Amino acid sequence: MSLTLQEVSAHRLTWSEYEKILSLLGREPTFTELGIFGVMWSEHCSYKSSRIHLRKLPSRSKLVLVGPGENAGIIDIGDNVAIAFKIESHNHPSFIEPFQGAATGVGGILRDIFTMGARPIAVMDALRFGKLDSSETGQRNKRIVHGVVSGISHYGNCFGVPTVGGECVFESCYDGNPLVNVFALGVFKHDEIFFGRATGVGNPVIYVGAKTGRDGIHGASMASEEFSEESKDKRPNVQVGDPFMEKLLLEACLEVMKTGAVVGIQDMGAAGLTCSTCEMGSRAGTGVEIDLKYVPQRETGMTPYEIMLSESQERMLLVAEKGREQEVFDVFHKWGLDAAVVGVVTDDGMLRVRNHGEIVAELSNRALADEAPLYDRPYTKPHRTVPMEAPAFASTDLTGDLTRLLASSDVCSKAWIWDQYDWMVRTNTTQGPGSDAAIVRIKETDSSIAMALDGNGRYCYLDPREGAKLIVAECCRNLSTSGALPIAATNNLNFGNPERPEIMAQLVEAIEGIAEACSFFETPITGGNVSLYNETLGEAIYPTPVMGIVGILKTAAPIPMQFAQPGRDIVLLGGLGASDETHFGGTQYAKVILDTLWGLPPQLDMDYEKRVQAAMREIAQAGLAESAHDLSDGGLAVALAEASFRGIGAHVSIESTLRPELALFHEGPSRILVSTASPGQVREIAAKYGVAADVIGKTVNDQLTIGPWVDCSIAQLQRPWKTALEEALH
Amino acid sequence: MKFGVVVFPGSNCDHDAWYATTRNLGQQAEFLWHHSEDLKGADAIILPGGFSYGDYLRCGAIARFSPIMNAVRRFAQEGGPVMGFCNGFQILCEAGLLPGALLRNAGMKFICRPVELEVATTNSPFTNEFSLRQHLTIPIAHGEGCYQAEESVLDQLEAEDRVAFRYVDNPNGSARSIAGILSAGRNVLGMMPHPERAADPLMGSTDGRLIFDSLISAYALTSK
Repeated sequence: MSLTLQEVSAHRLTWSEYEKILSLLGREPTFTELGIFGVMWSEHCSYKSSRIHLRKLPSRSKLVLVGPGENAGIIDIGDNVAIAFKIESHNHPSFIEPFQGAATGVGGILRDIFTMGARPIAVMDALRFGKLDSSETGQRNKRIVHGVVSGISHYGNCFGVPTVGGECVFESCYDGNPLVNVFALGVFKHDEIFFGRATGVGNPVIYVGAKTGRDGIHGASMASEEFSEESKDKRPNVQVGDPFMEKLLLEACLEVMKTGAVVGIQDMGAAGLTCSTCEMGSRAGTGVEIDLKYVPQRETGMTPYEIMLSESQERMLLVAEKGREQEVFDVFHKWGLDAAVVGVVTDDGMLRVRNHGEIVAELSNRALADEAPLYDRPYTKPHRTVPMEAPAFASTDLTGDLTRLLASSDVCSKAWIWDQYDWMVRTNTTQGPGSDAAIVRIKETDSSIAMALDGNGRYCYLDPREGAKLIVAECCRNLSTSGALPIAATNNLNFGNPERPEIMAQLVEAIEGIAEACSFFETPITGGNVSLYNETLGEAIYPTPVMGIVGILKTAAPIPMQFAQPGRDIVLLGGLGASDETHFGGTQYAKVILDTLWGLPPQLDMDYEKRVQAAMREIAQAGLAESAHDLSDGGLAVALAEASFRGIGAHVSIESTLRPELALFHEGPSRILVSTASPGQVREIAAKYGVAADVIGKTVNDQLTIGPWVDCSIAQLQRPWKTALEEALH
Repeated sequence: MKFGVVVFPGSNCDHDAWYATTRNLGQQAEFLWHHSEDLKGADAIILPGGFSYGDYLRCGAIARFSPIMNAVRRFAQEGGPVMGFCNGFQILCEAGLLPGALLRNAGMKFICRPVELEVATTNSPFTNEFSLRQHLTIPIAHGEGCYQAEESVLDQLEAEDRVAFRYVDNPNGSARSIAGILSAGRNVLGMMPHPERAADPLMGSTDGRLIFDSLISAYALTSK
């Protein structure tokens, strides 16, 4: 039997990759082996297009206990406590089947956290959808929003992890390619950390959790190709999630880890049994031999190929100490879960798969996990087709513009979404969704963890390198605004087809921008995810790197985003900032009011940004800020409005040489709105860091006045902001 | 006072109830595994929130058959105080310890947010520390919290002063804005809102504490 070109390309392998397989094996692979190579060498599992660039990312600091390469990064937060966190995408499945795609995205990242021994205590989501008001695709986009949000809600709520924050943006480029990036964070003690390593020759390999079915076969390879008209036929490739099963698996895994019988453990995510066996073997330098007849199966007549490639959810593979199998079984049976010895750790470095004794695959773990092809794909200049020059524009109604911006889909309240998430379960959430950063306290310590997700496809489309740096800066600023010191990061790189040099250029520039900024802000990247081929019918998404950054602060009542008292001074920390028409083209004003995109993203001075943030943290820690809100989408005017939505508004006047549209709505970074009873002390701290701290006005009841351009009641601004999303979804 | 917190597979507010009673209220608490009939000498039982047994069939429909519920039923029949929050309320209704049922929210969506409640009776071991019609802010987090019962049952609940809490702005379509009810013996409380999430100053509201405080002072009286 000889494999044909067709069979090879059906596994998304190129002919030259196939030739590499032939030379590694010294023979032709079996059909099952070809399937195994197909998934392990897929873009999704091997990062073959991005790996050489990902090495540029900083990954070390004295707090990093575990960096990239494991299921999640681990950071020391003191008191013998550590956190594990990572972000992962489930973009392709969420387009094909929004509910299950998003639900299993949550399930997958949760397993990455608890497979390391950490109990998940927070989830956040970065979502991108097509526009809801599109006459052609609006209806479909609404369906996707409903499906994704209820999928996340269903899975996270039932599992019992709070969804504490995130972000959500609507843009035509995500019409056929919604993005669902899920971040999860867990907590544990230093001595509770587990790794996905198959150590100890002769130790049993144990399968636990849900039974294996035919769902999700080829999921990893599907996530590595573009969408076409046939993609809807791929629905069976999407897995089905069972959050109750996952909850049991969580409790059973954490309990079995305490017995001391577990040597290594890894979840079965993308590429299921294949990936977990060969990665665990590869990391430990051992072999793994399994017999598929022992694998708990939900369906009859499954072939070895199907069992190895199934992506059925809620499964784990663990290696136990020989002779202590019963201890493992007892825990899983207590939780009503399957547990079966399916194989053994060997000393020959091979993944040997038998089916009722007969060998159906025999491959080197290292070849599968570590010797995937590595591509230095050619890249040119980043793809962009928009002009550098601004169109002519002149506002006739600045209050009206502000109202429209507040009611636009990106800026408006996302309460419709997060009301559906249980963001309080586990009673740690001191600051929930809708804030600059989410904060969860770590019980039994004095510390809390702040976290934020940020992305901006428009900025990155205009300039991937500068856009990426702006995202890192903004994400850190969100944390600093809450008084937290940013300490580590994870990233999700969502891009189009890397085989197109102008798309590859976007990826390279964004990675280099993130690398530079994360080094500068001292937030090493401990892991993350790359999602490529986000294209439909040749149309790529905007380059959309999403950053997830975590920070640490002392547990205390959080600083609210909204003004708390009338008669307080409003300080614009960082000053009014600079802009010009060229750097105004990526703003929400350009998008919502002018319906166009041009020029460059705002200019960032990283050194100044870092000083603003340090000053903010000191102001927060000194208890001087009654409220704090960072400026981002929609600039100063939107930030002032959002800070007024608890009923205390502002009377400010702006003295700027900029034209009013720019002064009110430019999105220059390094700016934070602080209300305080002690403006003198705030200015003193700012001066120490050499940053501006302009007192721009005072808080007042019920009204927002930004002299000389905006004057209206808070209610007039808040109503459209509050109801816009729900109205757009009906 | 010692609280017993029942753990069904799928309970996910069990730790929160344990934390509220021990760390926030300084009492003792122990987890009670669903497969056991041993209440471990608890003075009051909490059925916590979550998705017992996954609740794929109907919330609480399977939990009512678990061994621990035999013990809880006996405990309640002997007058022992039992509290069910959220999923716990659903289970109490399924188990017949409280009348009525919890259906899908009127808006058909899961809702998680702090809501305003009104205390409807102070005549119970769970509400004696409140004043009548006092307003409380306590979070809800449920997809199936729409309380329904036959009109005659609702009339009877009201006639016997067994409505414990009402929503000020009914979020889920519950009949007569009912958020929580008492058993005929007044020793079983079921409510959809989560008082264990409003027991710690860091969580934004401590209005839920008074439910536990009420019970603790009622217990102190009876155990004198």
